[in-house]
Amino acid sequence: MTEIMTPTCIEMKNVHKAFGSKVVLDGFDLEIKKGESVVIIGGSGSGKSVSLKSILGLLTPDSGDITIDGKSVLSMSGSAREKLNNRVGMLFQNAALFDSLNVWENVSFALMEGEKLPRKKAKEIAIEKLSLVGLSPEVANMSPAELSGGMRKRVGLARAIAHEPDIIFFDEPTTGLDPIMGHVIDDLITHCVKTLGASALTITHDMASARRIADRVTMLYQGKNIWTGPVDQLDDSGNPYVHQFINGLAEGPIELDISR
Amino acid sequence: MSSEALTQKIASVFQSVGATTLSFFEITGRLFLFMMNSVNHMLRPPYYPRLILRQMIDIGFYSLPVVGLTTLFAGMVMALQSYSGFARFGAESAIPNVVVLSITRELGPVLAGLMIAGRIGAAMAAELGTMRVTEQIDALQTLSTNPFKYLIAPRLIAGITMLPLLVLVGDIIGVLGGYLVSVHTLGFNAATYIQNTWNFLSFMDVFSGLVKAAAFGFIVALMGCYHGYQSKGGAQGVGAATTNAVVTASILILVSDYLLTVAFFSQ
Repeated sequence: MTEIMTPTCIEMKNVHKAFGSKVVLDGFDLEIKKGESVVIIGGSGSGKSVSLKSILGLLTPDSGDITIDGKSVLSMSGSAREKLNNRVGMLFQNAALFDSLNVWENVSFALMEGEKLPRKKAKEIAIEKLSLVGLSPEVANMSPAELSGGMRKRVGLARAIAHEPDIIFFDEPTTGLDPIMGHVIDDLITHCVKTLGASALTITHDMASARRIADRVTMLYQGKNIWTGPVDQLDDSGNPYVHQFINGLAEGPIELDISR
Repeated sequence: MSSEALTQKIASVFQSVGATTLSFFEITGRLFLFMMNSVNHMLRPPYYPRLILRQMIDIGFYSLPVVGLTTLFAGMVMALQSYSGFARFGAESAIPNVVVLSITRELGPVLAGLMIAGRIGAAMAAELGTMRVTEQIDALQTLSTNPFKYLIAPRLIAGITMLPLLVLVGDIIGVLGGYLVSVHTLGFNAATYIQNTWNFLSFMDVFSGLVKAAAFGFIVALMGCYHGYQSKGGAQGVGAATTNAVVTASILILVSDYLLTVAFFSQ
């Protein structure tokens, strides 16, 4: 019953986006409730990243509407958008750490630039956030180039949660990691999201990871949302596309478009 | 050839002319919008003093050897060349003037601008391009930081302010180069040479060169940032962005050099 009472955090309505003649999002709908963790699954090139970047304001959809807390983000001014971004955290696929800054400056970037915290205080917070993701204080002064893939992801996660956002996005958090490190990152993600009470949106094609992170799963295929449901109903979705995807079957309704 | 094939051929010629024209206007339009956006963010706070300082050191201080060497040899060559030419009609005494005027008005700013285009423009395009393809620019935006303010404005400010200072140093070194050759190999009297140099130099000669330098600094930084910021497609895209930044900056430097010379010296 609580589900009915929970207010909507992010909503995408009938979003279309095409690059030239290539249609990526073709009437995509999505709803994320407050405090909920939604995972978008789908093959490569199915438009997962585009949907996420549209919410973040990095891309502008051709038509449709995207609202956060009921307010349309598409018509927002630049400064209102920046204010909204203070509430948003994002973990990029390859962490996208600034390589001109060291680890702690990366982690506390939003605190120093956005909230104008003095460097000494910002460093303390950075070290605290690093310990949250299981990194020791010695890492703080290293440069991103010295880090391994798993460590980069952790630093990226620490940066995404440093300013305590209530909306967090994860772009393929486990891609490029070994299965054990992937599991560890998943646990960190669920832990951080739960601690912050944040709403989370993850895109991935790693099913093991999706099952660990998600409250609800939605599948994106050819620019449309073809199935949405709680994670425990994933195995008996009754949808042949979902069935093929989560079991990684070569035979099924999904045709691999090699040209994408 | 049938008349139908001929019509088709003519149509395709028009088509390609049209497409080229359209893409030309599209590119200049996009560049112009980018420039307006950059200048707008450069003039309004917040500013990032740390980043501006870092760019200033990179552009100003670390370019000193390159610019110094270039202008030194330019001055030396100027002295030698004008000697071999002027000696034919006994006008050797004009050499100090020729050297100082050509260095301050033309060679100093243009050579420094071109060297900086290669050194700094390329580095800016490569750095911003890499940041673009590794999603670091997207990350900046999600961390509530405007990339125009954080990345582009400091580079433009540093370019506009540092190039004139570099050129000023380059002017002095260039004149010194002319002096060394004239006095030590062409047998000029040192005191007369310096006096002639100084007597013929007007404020406008140096000032026009410094204004040119500021314009070239703006061009180099803008081209480096523009091509880097717009780059896409991984390592190859970054490579193309770097090449384009240097080529377009060099061409625009020479074009604007002509226009500025017209503005300053044509009556």
